[in-house]
Amino acid sequence: MGATHTVDITEPKPFGISYGKMMMWFFILSDALTFSGFITAYAFSRFKFIESWPLPDEVFNHFPFMHGDNPMYFVALMTFILIFSSVTMVLAVDAGHKMQQKKVILYMFLTIIGGAMFVGSQAWEWKNFISGHNGAVITKGGNVLQFVKADSKKERVSIHDLVDGHAAHGDRVQHESKNGLWFVNEAPLPEYTKADIVKAFNANPNVVIKTETIVNNEKVVLSREDSAEALKDMKNVVFGANLLENEYGKPLFADFFFFITGFHGFHVFSGIVFNIIIFFNIILGTYERRGHYEMVEKVGLYWHFVDLVWVFVFTFFYLV
Amino acid sequence: MGHDQESTILFGLLKPKNNIQKIWYVFGLLSVVTIVEVFFGIIKPEFMMADNITGLKWLNWFFIILTLYKAYYITWAFMHMDGEKKWFRRSVVWTGIFLICYLTFILLVEGDYIYQFMKASFITRDF
Repeated sequence: MGATHTVDITEPKPFGISYGKMMMWFFILSDALTFSGFITAYAFSRFKFIESWPLPDEVFNHFPFMHGDNPMYFVALMTFILIFSSVTMVLAVDAGHKMQQKKVILYMFLTIIGGAMFVGSQAWEWKNFISGHNGAVITKGGNVLQFVKADSKKERVSIHDLVDGHAAHGDRVQHESKNGLWFVNEAPLPEYTKADIVKAFNANPNVVIKTETIVNNEKVVLSREDSAEALKDMKNVVFGANLLENEYGKPLFADFFFFITGFHGFHVFSGIVFNIIIFFNIILGTYERRGHYEMVEKVGLYWHFVDLVWVFVFTFFYLV
Repeated sequence: MGHDQESTILFGLLKPKNNIQKIWYVFGLLSVVTIVEVFFGIIKPEFMMADNITGLKWLNWFFIILTLYKAYYITWAFMHMDGEKKWFRRSVVWTGIFLICYLTFILLVEGDYIYQFMKASFITRDF
């Protein structure tokens, strides 16, 4: 082995565990505390707005190639993908204990694929959340009003469909410096004006407004008269979610969603990078020469931790 | 290193013969628990939705307990915490659980206080 740096794992250590693994565990502990800080901050905000927080199964209800309301199926699929990649990881660790290089290569490869699938799924989830589907009205006070069918009181009505054919005005031209006052800028025009929305609402008797308020675990749906009254406070329309506005309700919900799932997604991404590095080391035979596969165990610990965090994110963002 | 853990799964109901079988048992267990969670999340049984003395719906307690159950199996079986020395295990697990419980307690009490405060005061979002 010559000058290569090796660690004798048979030498006695505190707690009978190698320093590398021990420090990975303590890093995981500190990272777990970071995540719990984020998740409890989410819980704090939710408790603060307990009567008007968005209901997750009304927000995340898309599934690829399927229409309509499919709550939770997609995120359950993501959970399975991540748990399964954890399984292949632990199989790789087990094969490493038995010094079976070929098997470690295969299982590490599957783990990397699983991680990539998970990150891809998360990107799709973000895409749906950011673009939104139906849009909502925001009032001057920051309340979010969604349109639903008056008969079912559940089925959302898209603002595009609602306004279609009922636009109150002709084409409004965006003010530009070249055709108007050169020293004046105008913010981008809203897609629909208040007049459009009110006219379309009056023309569609089967549409009412769903508010943010929760009573008996359901969002309150207004009558036709109250809906017309609520629309008087309209400020603008919003589609999808960003850090400032959110068609599903509180902007804080979107902020936490982006931050926590983004931070978790970043962990998955870095886990994939670590796994790829170790994967190439395994192929090159580094650990065969070293005599043990402890590095696989260490990245394995990190990878399982990512899975562990997802189990909690899944519960607190999608189920509770 | 290459030691086969002798631990059993599901209170001794399942006795895996080797490490690989144990991994698949745990995978099955985690999958079943996830399916149960999704099922309850969709049907939302009426009797579990009532507010109760704990300030949290029974359904949410149910989810949290199942989540901790999954977390236990991921840590013990997949991360091989069951093979580590007792006091190393405790130095990681007890520290984490203590600090997280403390933080959760403080923030939830504070969140509820702010909710009560905003509800009782002259704050409106309709203007």
